[in-house]
Order: sequence, then structure tokens, then C-alpha cells
Amino acid sequence: MNYHWNWHIFFDQDPSGAGTYLDMLLSGLALTIETALCAWIIALALGSVVGVLRTLPSNAASMVGFVWVEFFRNMPLLVQLFIWFFVLPELLPPSWGLWLKQMPHAPFYTAAIGIGLFMSARVAEQTRAGIGSLPRGQKLAATALGLTTAQTYRYVLLPMAFRIIMPPLTSEFLSTIKNTSVAITIGLIELTAAARSMQEFSFQVFEAFTAATVLYLLVNIVVVIAMRLLERAIAIPGYITGK
Amino acid sequence: MFANFDFDVIRRSLGYLFFDGMTFTLTLTGLSALGGLVFGTLIALMRLSSLRVLGWIAGLYVDLMRSLPLVLVIFWFYFLVPYIGQWLTGSSRPVRVGAFASSLITFILFEAAYFSEIMRAGIQSISRGQPAAAQALGLTYSQTMRYVVLPQAFRNMLPVLLTQTIVLFQDTSLVYVLSIPDFLGAASKVAQRDGRLVEMYLFAAAVYFIISCFASFGVRRLQARIAIVR
Repeated sequence: MNYHWNWHIFFDQDPSGAGTYLDMLLSGLALTIETALCAWIIALALGSVVGVLRTLPSNAASMVGFVWVEFFRNMPLLVQLFIWFFVLPELLPPSWGLWLKQMPHAPFYTAAIGIGLFMSARVAEQTRAGIGSLPRGQKLAATALGLTTAQTYRYVLLPMAFRIIMPPLTSEFLSTIKNTSVAITIGLIELTAAARSMQEFSFQVFEAFTAATVLYLLVNIVVVIAMRLLERAIAIPGYITGK
Repeated sequence: MFANFDFDVIRRSLGYLFFDGMTFTLTLTGLSALGGLVFGTLIALMRLSSLRVLGWIAGLYVDLMRSLPLVLVIFWFYFLVPYIGQWLTGSSRPVRVGAFASSLITFILFEAAYFSEIMRAGIQSISRGQPAAAQALGLTYSQTMRYVVLPQAFRNMLPVLLTQTIVLFQDTSLVYVLSIPDFLGAASKVAQRDGRLVEMYLFAAAVYFIISCFASFGVRRLQARIAIVR
């Protein structure tokens, strides 16, 4: 390989003059984490509601949940982001569209909401699976005790279901972090985009991508360790995970 | 809202969208799924092998691929493949690799990590009596895998493998970051040329939606049929 390695490149000034290339990558990392957290809050909130809708006895409610999940699951994330970013402002009344287009940090909000909605379909499926995995007796016992449907979910089903689906939710959260990189296409300078622009300015391709890779791995390791601790703290005694 | 919606721009570009764009997308999806399955099965066998080192290497590979975003991996291979080609062929300059070859290599290597996890689950779901019986019959390791374990594992995991292929079909849209005209890339080129973003992106979304919906419906039916046979 006649590639010219230069690991000192990280301490060179980037052409925009804002700081070193390392600062550029770190601010990309910060944006990746912010976007992922916002998207995850949206995904978790909407996904739980939709997942519950799908398990309710009402046919209309489970239909709404079904349509929601199929709608957000059957289009590539990239296409969904394009629709929120390029198409939505054109379809709204002109004054609203203009407001959307002139909004500062538009790529950030679009990415957070778009990825949040995309992931909410996946969280909904996990929530549904979690509730479905509970023995039927749980719901029957709650009903026999005179709890309303809302109370049954609040006090009996959801506290169990969420603790059971912690491991799959961890990997959905990791997917959310990885999916923020798709927002490079709508101009969000997150970690992958920062590495890409460092590569374009400095021509040190492999240093830039190696640094981004290492940072993604670190984020993954931190999340996995944190979730494992959380899992252990909330494990249900008597279940396999609750040893 | 749809008052100045121009359906004609879609009709005019249908040929380009489907013959160039969709052909690229479907070829890439099909070949990546095949390559990913073969390579993924090898990784799964490595992971389950009695040689600790092999399992360790395979595990490292899978964990690495699965913790990186696909967009970053696409960039990695786009720049790395020419150097690997140079190293393999021993030429003096980085080898020029086409857009299709580069993205195909990326997707095969990336998806192999995901397919290998599915195949590993499939192999582990086979009851222990099966390989034991094969060994008792005097089959070698490769014969056991080839005639007894893998066919059953593949069959059990077929719905999951196909679902992963649908995800792969959607993920191929990410080659957009290399300005390659796959289906979405083609739609976006027409959109930008004619200033018709709304029509083209909505149309592309509808096409992806319909194909994925039909495919997952088919997988669900297949799953029901396989479940009855067992």
C-alpha cells in the first residue's frame, strides 16, 4: 500500500478555522448523541402507545396500530427523511412551509423526528411482543380484581412487559444511534458526516474513518454496559434474566 | 395541496426509473443476499467451531460490523476496495473499481454479519441428536453440515432470512451517499433536474412501500405454510 499515513492530522486546523480536525469529529459525535437521544425519546413514547394499541381488545385500536407500524416499517429511512425534509414543506399551506424551511437547525429537527417515527414502529413491535409474552392469567387476574383496562396496563402488564423487552430495546437504541448517520443526506453534520468532510478537506481518508469507527465503537460499548447494569437492576426475579 | 401536482414527470421518467434504477437496486439486493448468506453461513460455522481462535475472529468481525452504521461502512469500502485490489493484484496504483462492484462488496460483507447471526440461531435450533446421528452413520464434519444440519437450519430460518432481505432491499437506498443511480438515486436525479422533488420522492416512497408490503405479506404466508408442515 502506498497510502501516506499521517496520524498527526487530527491536531491540524480544519479549513473553517473553528478548531482542529479532532474538535470537528467530537462535535459530530455530540450531534450524533443528541439526535439519537431525541429520536429515542420520540420512538419510545410513540412506540409504547402504538404497541399497546395493537394489543387492546378494540379492533379499531389494533387497526390503527397495524397501519402505523406497516407505514413506517415499509419505507427506507432515507426516503422517509427526504419526505419530511423536502416534500412536507411543499404540501403544507405556503406560510407554514416557509416557516419550516426557514427554521434554524432544520436538519436536526427533521432527523430527530424522522428517525424517531421510523424507530417507533420497531419499538411498537417489541412492546407488543413483550405484552404478548406475558401469561394470559396476568390479564385475567387483573380483570378479576376489578381493575379497568387502563389500570391493568398501568399496574400489571406494562411494568412486566418493559422489563422483559429490555434486551431487544437495547439493540433498538443502538440502531437509533447508527441510523442518525443517514441524516448525512439532509445535511446534518453528525459523526459520519464530520469524518467525511475531514476526509474531503485533508485527503487523509483512512485516519478520518478510523477515528469515526473508534468513536462509534466507544459509544456502543458505553450503551451496552449501561443497559446491562440497568437490566440487572430491574430484572424480574424468577425469570431467566432475573438470576 | 396537490393542485400543481405533475404526474407527467413520473410517466416520462418511468423507463429510466425502472430499467436503470430498479434493475440496479434489485440486482444489488439479490446478489448481496446470496453472497451475504454464503459468507454469513461460513462465519456462523466459524463461530460454532471447536477451534477457539476461529470463533473469536468471527465474533469480532460480527460485533464490529454490527456496531457501525451502514453509511460509514459504505464510505470505508468505497475508499478501501481500490487499495485492497492493488494489494491483491500487485499493481503499482490503486485499482479502479466500479460503483456497482464497490457497493456489492460492501453489502455482502456488511450483511454477512447479520445473516451469520440468523444462521447461527438456525444451526443451534437443530436438536443435538441430528449431528450425533450423522456422526454415528460415519459422516464427516463437512458431510454432516452439508447434508444434515445446514438444510434444516436454512429451512427453519427461511422466513427470518427473507425478512432480513427486505431490510437489505430498503438499505440499498443508502448507496445514494455515493451518488450511484439506484432506484432512489435515479428518482432524485430526475427530481433535481426537473425541480419536481414532491412528485418524485412521493412516487419513490410509494414504490418502496408497495414492494416491501407485498414481500412481507408473502413472507408471512410462507411462514404459516412452513409452520404447518413441521
